[in-house]
Amino acid sequence: MNIQEPTAQEIETEYRRLNREAEDGGYHLNPDREFTGNLVRGLIINMRRYGYPACPCRLAGGTRNEDLDIICPCDYRDPDLNAYGACYCALYVSGKVISGDQKVGSIPERRPPRDKRLQFVSPGVTGKSAELSHPVWRCRVCGYLCARDAPPLICPICKVQQDRFERFL
Amino acid sequence: MKMEHIPGRNKGKIVLYALSTCGWCGKTKELLNTLGVEYSFVFVDLLPLDEREEAFNEMQRYNPHGSFPTLVIDDRRVIIGFREDEIRSELG
Repeated sequence: MNIQEPTAQEIETEYRRLNREAEDGGYHLNPDREFTGNLVRGLIINMRRYGYPACPCRLAGGTRNEDLDIICPCDYRDPDLNAYGACYCALYVSGKVISGDQKVGSIPERRPPRDKRLQFVSPGVTGKSAELSHPVWRCRVCGYLCARDAPPLICPICKVQQDRFERFL
Repeated sequence: MKMEHIPGRNKGKIVLYALSTCGWCGKTKELLNTLGVEYSFVFVDLLPLDEREEAFNEMQRYNPHGSFPTLVIDDRRVIIGFREDEIRSELG
């Protein structure tokens, strides 16, 4: 494969879009511009390589369904932000990092190893669902819940696409 | 599977499994260059599919989680993630 290297302008444009989207949703990009710029470059490359922005710090399998949990922003961003103040890549950081009260570093990988992931099966819906007028959907990335016939096309909170939602009730 | 080799000070057999898009992989590689040690590395995401599988399986023997970067020193010491202090104390 021959992936076109992103230009500095493309990286800057994508950086600004991600930054605006992050701040709108109450998140923050790593203020280290050089480090973050390299990660944005990686996201653009993976978008061209796979068709979706697979995490630059994890090895994508190459099929969307297999890589769903590591499409940026990944399923692990929020628990990692809570635990360590940064996502696995340190693309997203906590408010404490921004204010200088917390340091960013390389953190442990939360994503299960490949053989464990292949075993993963969604938990069944509980009996309570029978009493509800609508199914409840949960965004796997930010935890947003909504009760409607189908999940929203885009999460109104963190902007990920519909297939990042799971049936909650 | 072919690895790229960087000449330098011999501190044993040093192998870095990395991704070309990963920030912490970049930091690890930068540090190895700064320390001036001899090492081999592979960007697993740039390998053709069959070689990628081979490299990943090899790496998983040292790091069952399969996460990047994975630095292997003399086939026995494994440093997972960008651990600057650990790398400096092993190779500095």
